[in-house]
Amino acid sequence: MLDLGCGNGDLLAALVKEKRVRAQGVEIDEKAIYECVAKGLNVVHQDIETGLSEYLDKSFDYTILAGTLQQVKKPDPVLQDALRVGRKTIVSFPNFAHYSARLQILLGGKVPVTPSLPFEWYDTPNLHFLSVSNFFEYCEKRSIAIERSAFLGRGRVRLLPNLRAETSVFLISR
Amino acid sequence: MAMKTTEAGAGRRSSVGESEARLFEFARPPDEMRLDSGETLGPITLSYETYGELNAERSNAILVTHALSGDAHAAGYHRGEKAPGWWDDMIGPGKGLDTERYFVVCSNVIGGCKGSTGPASVDPRTGRPFALGFPSVTIRDMVEAQRHLVDHLGVERLLSVVGGSMGGMQVLQWMVSYPERIRSAIPIATALKHAPQQIAFDEVGRQAIMADANWREGDYYGRAPPARGLAVARMVGHITYMSDASMAEKFGRQQQQPAQERPDAGAPTKKFGADFEVEGYLRYRGDNFVKRFDANSYLYITKAMDRFDLLSSRKLSEVFRGLRARVMVIAFKSDWLYPTYQSQEIVRACKLAGVEASFCEVNSTYGHDAFLLEVEEESHLLRHFLGGIRG
Repeated sequence: MLDLGCGNGDLLAALVKEKRVRAQGVEIDEKAIYECVAKGLNVVHQDIETGLSEYLDKSFDYTILAGTLQQVKKPDPVLQDALRVGRKTIVSFPNFAHYSARLQILLGGKVPVTPSLPFEWYDTPNLHFLSVSNFFEYCEKRSIAIERSAFLGRGRVRLLPNLRAETSVFLISR
Repeated sequence: MAMKTTEAGAGRRSSVGESEARLFEFARPPDEMRLDSGETLGPITLSYETYGELNAERSNAILVTHALSGDAHAAGYHRGEKAPGWWDDMIGPGKGLDTERYFVVCSNVIGGCKGSTGPASVDPRTGRPFALGFPSVTIRDMVEAQRHLVDHLGVERLLSVVGGSMGGMQVLQWMVSYPERIRSAIPIATALKHAPQQIAFDEVGRQAIMADANWREGDYYGRAPPARGLAVARMVGHITYMSDASMAEKFGRQQQQPAQERPDAGAPTKKFGADFEVEGYLRYRGDNFVKRFDANSYLYITKAMDRFDLLSSRKLSEVFRGLRARVMVIAFKSDWLYPTYQSQEIVRACKLAGVEASFCEVNSTYGHDAFLLEVEEESHLLRHFLGGIRG
C-alpha cells in the first residue's frame, strides 16, 4: 500500500499491524517523517505533486489519499497518478455539502467550521472544497469506476450521504 | 534544527571510552587480491577499530565506512589524545549507533594512509614506499577489502552498513557487490556517481598537490612532502563542505587577530596575509591536515571517488535488482556538494528495483558537513531505522 501524504504514519502503522500489509508512505513534512521512522515505517520525504511520476504503473495494490486530495494544489493530476500507480485507490475527504455546513453559509453567511472541516478560513491546509455529489460527478467525467463507498457522520451514514456525511471514503479504480 | 527526543538513550551521551586500532593482514602471496584495474596487491593490511560486542549469533554487526579524510578511528579516544574519533557523536552507548546493542566496525580504506596499505606503505618487492607504484584502487576494491575483514570477524550478514560522502559510496557498492551480506544499508549525503562539478573540485585539489615542487611525481617520502599543495587542496575541500550560510555564521567578515599570523609569514605576505578570520581558519585547517594525511593518498582516493559510477551502462532500474535489504537514504538540505537530487536518484533506483527504501532530507544549514554535525536528527533516523531491522 502506498499512502500519499501519510502524515505521522498513524494509518499506515495501523494497517501494518492489523492487516499485515507491505506499506510505504510519502510525506512532505520533515517532522512527520521522523515520526513515521520512529514507527518503523518505510517513508519517503517527497512532494506527491511532483514525485509520483517515478512510480511504475500498477506497482502497488492500493494507493491511499486519506484526507490529502483537498490539500494538494492540483487534485486532478494527483488523483490520476494515484489511479495509475495503484491497482485500486482509496480516497477520503470531508464533505462540504453536509447540512451543518450548508446551514452555516445559508443562515450565518460564513464559511463553515464542522467536525470534518475544523479549520478557520485563515488557518487551514484545505485548498479545495468538494461534496459527495461533486465526487460522483468527477468520477463519471473522468471514467473512474467507484467500487465501494462509505460515509461517516455521527456513525455510519447510509441515507442521503451528500446531506448527512461529514467524511466520505471511496474505493476507486480505472 | 532543534528536535525533542524522548527515547531512553538520548540523554546518555557518554563515549565508548578508550579505543585502539587493530591490524588485519590478508591477501598474502600467492593469494594476492585482484583489483578492478587487473593488477594484484598483496599482502594487504587493514587498520580497523571495533566498538561494542559481537553477539553469539553474530547478527548485530554494523560496518561504518569513512569519507575521504576519515580513518578507522570513528569513535572513542586513543591513549593520550584529546580529540575523539570522527563520528564519536554517533557511535557509543545510547547513541545513534548504540554500542550497547551493536558491534560497530570501522576500517581504513586501502589506498589510505592511516594504517591500511596505501601509497605511503612499503612495497615488499622493493623495500621502499609504493608512491605512484601503488595500483589504482576503486571504491569496489575498498569494499572487497572490507569484505575480507568482515569474513575474518566471522560475520555472515551485517546488520547494516552505514557511511556518508565517500562512505556512502562504499555503502552503495556493498548494496551492489554483496547484497546478500547485508540486512540494511544507510547511504548518507552521497551519489550514484560524481557529477562534473564534484570531479572539478577534486581535480583542483589534485592539481594543487601536483603543482607543489616537493611532490616530485609522488616520490617525496623521506624528503619534504608537498605540504603547501596538500594544504591548498584541503582548503578547497573545506569550502565545499560548508555552505554560504554556515560560513557567514561562523566567520562573518571578522578581522583576524595578528597573533594568528603564520609564524613563517614574511613581509611579502603582509599585503596578502590573512585579514579575515575565514582566511586564518582555512590556513590553519590546511596546515593541520598535512600533519596527518598523505598527499599521494589524497590523489588515489579522490580518483577512486571520481571514477565511481554505479550506473555505468545500466538502466537505473537494474542497479539494485535483487537487493532484499532495507535502505534508508539521508540527504541534507544545504549540501551543495552532494545535492539532494543525487540522493533522490538513489531512492528512485531503489523504487524501480522494488527495494524497501526510506528517504529523509534533513533541514540543515551546515552544508555537506551536516552528516557529521546534525547529530540529533541523524541519531533519531538511525536509531529507529536500525531498531526495525529483523534477521
